[in-house]
Amino acid sequence: MRRVYVNEEWCLGCHLCEYYCAFAATNGTDMARALRDTKINARIKIEENDQISFAVSCRHCTEPYCVKGCLTGALTIADGIILIDREKCIGCYTCILSCPYGAISPSEDGAVQKCELCARTAGEAPMCVKGCPNEAIVFEERG
Amino acid sequence: MAVNYLYPEYEVARNYDRCIACRVCERQCANEVHEYLPDANKMTCDDSKCVNCHRCVSLCPTRALKIVRSGNTYKENANWSRKTIDELYKQAGTGGVLLSSMGNPEDYPVYFDKLLLNASQVTNPSIDPLREPMETTVFLGAKPQDIRRDNFGRLLTDIPPHLKLSMPVMFSAMSYGSISYNAHESLARASEALGIFYNTGEGGLHEDFYKYGKNTIVQVASGRFGVHKDYLNSGAAIEIKMGQGAKPGIGGHLPGHKIVGDVSRTRMIPEGSDAISPAPHHDIYSIEDLRQLVFSLKEASNYTKPVIVKIAAVHNVSAIASGIARSGADIVAIDGFRGGTGAAPTRIRDNVGIPVELALASVDKQLRDEGIRDNVSIVVGGGIRSSADVIKAVALGADCVYIGTAALMALGCHLCRSCHGGKCNWGIATQVPKLTKRLNPNIGFKRLVNLMTAWQHEIKEMMGGMGINSIESLKGNRLMLRGVGLNEKELEILGVKYAGE
Ligand code: SF4
Ligand code: SF4
Ligand code: SF4
Repeated sequence: MRRVYVNEEWCLGCHLCEYYCAFAATNGTDMARALRDTKINARIKIEENDQISFAVSCRHCTEPYCVKGCLTGALTIADGIILIDREKCIGCYTCILSCPYGAISPSEDGAVQKCELCARTAGEAPMCVKGCPNEAIVFEERG
Repeated sequence: MAVNYLYPEYEVARNYDRCIACRVCERQCANEVHEYLPDANKMTCDDSKCVNCHRCVSLCPTRALKIVRSGNTYKENANWSRKTIDELYKQAGTGGVLLSSMGNPEDYPVYFDKLLLNASQVTNPSIDPLREPMETTVFLGAKPQDIRRDNFGRLLTDIPPHLKLSMPVMFSAMSYGSISYNAHESLARASEALGIFYNTGEGGLHEDFYKYGKNTIVQVASGRFGVHKDYLNSGAAIEIKMGQGAKPGIGGHLPGHKIVGDVSRTRMIPEGSDAISPAPHHDIYSIEDLRQLVFSLKEASNYTKPVIVKIAAVHNVSAIASGIARSGADIVAIDGFRGGTGAAPTRIRDNVGIPVELALASVDKQLRDEGIRDNVSIVVGGGIRSSADVIKAVALGADCVYIGTAALMALGCHLCRSCHGGKCNWGIATQVPKLTKRLNPNIGFKRLVNLMTAWQHEIKEMMGGMGINSIESLKGNRLMLRGVGLNEKELEILGVKYAGE
């Protein structure tokens, strides 16, 4: 299955991926209109210090702790992609605590949010990958 | 505080209707122009630091930015341009020599733009490059003077060492140090993929790049940085740099802050020490001296590699080239006054040297007149911007061209001409790790390959139009050129007729 992989050597810490992620969630057509005067809460996040930066998003594990731990069955696996049903989520944050990558985060409306590889918003490569200027994140099959 | 005489030359124009305060511009500008104001959730900027490199413009995800000329103007004066006034104020403030980078940007004639190409009509058929084979391969090196046979009358076909190129373009000398590791890797990988050559410049060759040796020209310059036996033998050819178009007659100076880590190791000089290349080679004061170096290098490389001698295009260029053609060199490279540099005194860059078109035409003619044109191949650089320039240079007599600026532009260079500041926002002319990583060679080499592939298509198209199916038959074929807007003397030097003649 194709996943988002990180080439941290080339990450500039520009945070564009976060903005493209947030933009993808709005289903908008113009980023300026969609994101102006908002504070974004992206599902991909840059970890950085002075030396290094890299993007972290859901790894879409084959045996995901989050799915195992979810009390309500809000997290499911479909074609290898781990999806969140925001209607079913009760905001208990069990998944947030169990994800070893810190890839799940709270959202404004109580339900958790996570990367779904843009499965619901677009085709092809996820928006973060398309928006990265330096191929620091790539969408590919790596066995 | 002293009065600041200088008003910023550029302004950052931000469209606040489109700005989403993502701070990408702030993070990407090494000149610290942009700043985020958390209280207002708004961006602001200090235009005075902007060098107009367009990094922020290119990366802003909402196209909220552009850089515009600041409207501030001095009283109009045809004699004192804004640039002249600003430079004078700068010098009165600092007492220093003005420094610049990249090629001469001043308004001198560009002869390539005054030359037009021919095409076939009616009486001679043009060729469709999509249907017919079209040859752009060239060989660089000394050509045999006569037909030689052995005792049995069989033809002797051994010829001096040559470079074989898939098209008549090479990446010109840019040292590791003046440009980044990633820029070098991009050039090396693109040369390998294309079957052409790149040139180490005078900074030695990083050990990681020895594997691209068969597509590398190694340079020996007046500072002799990074030169040792393995280096000389690692490349496909050796270039002696006598001069550079951007700064003929003067040496080089790579400031100590760029001599870090691998750069210092590769140059074989201590970290932090200034790398100073003397103006002349201290062992070359005549063609005879040059000949000694040519043959020392041939000896060191066992006569397996062609030797290039590179000179700047200056007043007596044809006489100098004639000397070089007799020195045992295989290739002469001529660098015109538009040639780029990582740093040069502004007055030198903008006032010394001559256009490469004129230099090329007169060198080619002189060597032909003297019957020694086949002693050497001619490579020209310093002003080649497109495939049309390549074709015109070949028609004027060049075997091949060097491109430097055009190659860097493929890698992202926006000609802001601030290389000497060492903070290139595109990761090219810098050694700061945070900046060099902006140039991912996986992307860079593809862009170089794209550019050259596009040029090759265009070269074939133009050749086909002229009814020529091999670039060799275009070489020195000045009948394929006509001049416009040129005077008698210019036409005479270029050896072309006026349009309509
Ligand atoms: S967009 Fe790419 S380079 Fe920029 S922070 Fe994200 S992963 Fe790094
Ligand atoms: S990069 Fe563009 S959108 Fe982002 S803060 Fe700068 S001007 Fe605004
Ligand atoms: S120096 Fe370059 S990145 Fe900085 S503001 Fe000016 S154009 Fe933008």
